[in-house]
Amino acid sequence: MQKFNNERRTLLKGSAMAMALGITGVAQLLTTPKAFAAWPKDAFAARSMDDVMKALFDGSVTTIDSGDITLTAPDIAENGAVVPISVESSLPNVKRIIILVEDNPTPMTAAFNLGSSSKADVSTRIKMGKTSNVIALVESDGNIYATRKNVKVTIGGCGG
Amino acid sequence: MAGIKAKAKQQGDFVEIKTLMTHPMETGLRKGKDGNKIPANHITEITVKSGSEVLMTVEYGPAISQNPYTSLMIGGKKKGDVLNVSWVDNTGKSDSTDVEVK
Repeated sequence: MQKFNNERRTLLKGSAMAMALGITGVAQLLTTPKAFAAWPKDAFAARSMDDVMKALFDGSVTTIDSGDITLTAPDIAENGAVVPISVESSLPNVKRIIILVEDNPTPMTAAFNLGSSSKADVSTRIKMGKTSNVIALVESDGNIYATRKNVKVTIGGCGG
Repeated sequence: MAGIKAKAKQQGDFVEIKTLMTHPMETGLRKGKDGNKIPANHITEITVKSGSEVLMTVEYGPAISQNPYTSLMIGGKKKGDVLNVSWVDNTGKSDSTDVEVK
């Protein structure tokens, strides 16, 4: 009988340890950004426009204001939780389209990596905490082109 | 909680692909009823593929609306081709679906 109890004890101890290990394993999975190396974590975590630009383009970058980008967004967004945004551009060889919201807690919103044959024409729906400039950056032939539009928000969509 | 609705339609030289994904898109900044912060839970990446060829990727942060809608224009594909759309989120979950170009 004594022997049985001892075995049971070891078994319980073992399973408790396995559980503890399991939990740390999951926690590690959640906090390790390595699994998503391609995802620009620093840019998405940055809290100011300067920091976002630094994270995205490795240091300082000059953007060129361009009329060849069409940023479609509402003038007034009644609900900041769902703001439809479209970006279209006639610039050649567009590699990437980035959407930023200047006054959101984290300005970096979305990046579209276009394949060589894709058209620079993307749409999404974003959250806006308050009235802000929405900025579209278009990476074309090694230059960064930008256009912006002010969107007034009546009810914010971030925080609660 | 998982689910992707996708439609792909040929429009001239391009295929317009529209997707709607079921996802809470929690920012990690919002507080729940108990006053504790709701942990971040949002899609980080969307990939559009044809077979093993990656056609386009989209990187999303927490500032994308709940149940994200995304529309893209893909080149080099035509009616009858099958595209694969998938997402992964910051917690490691993922989903994918195939869509035939109409």
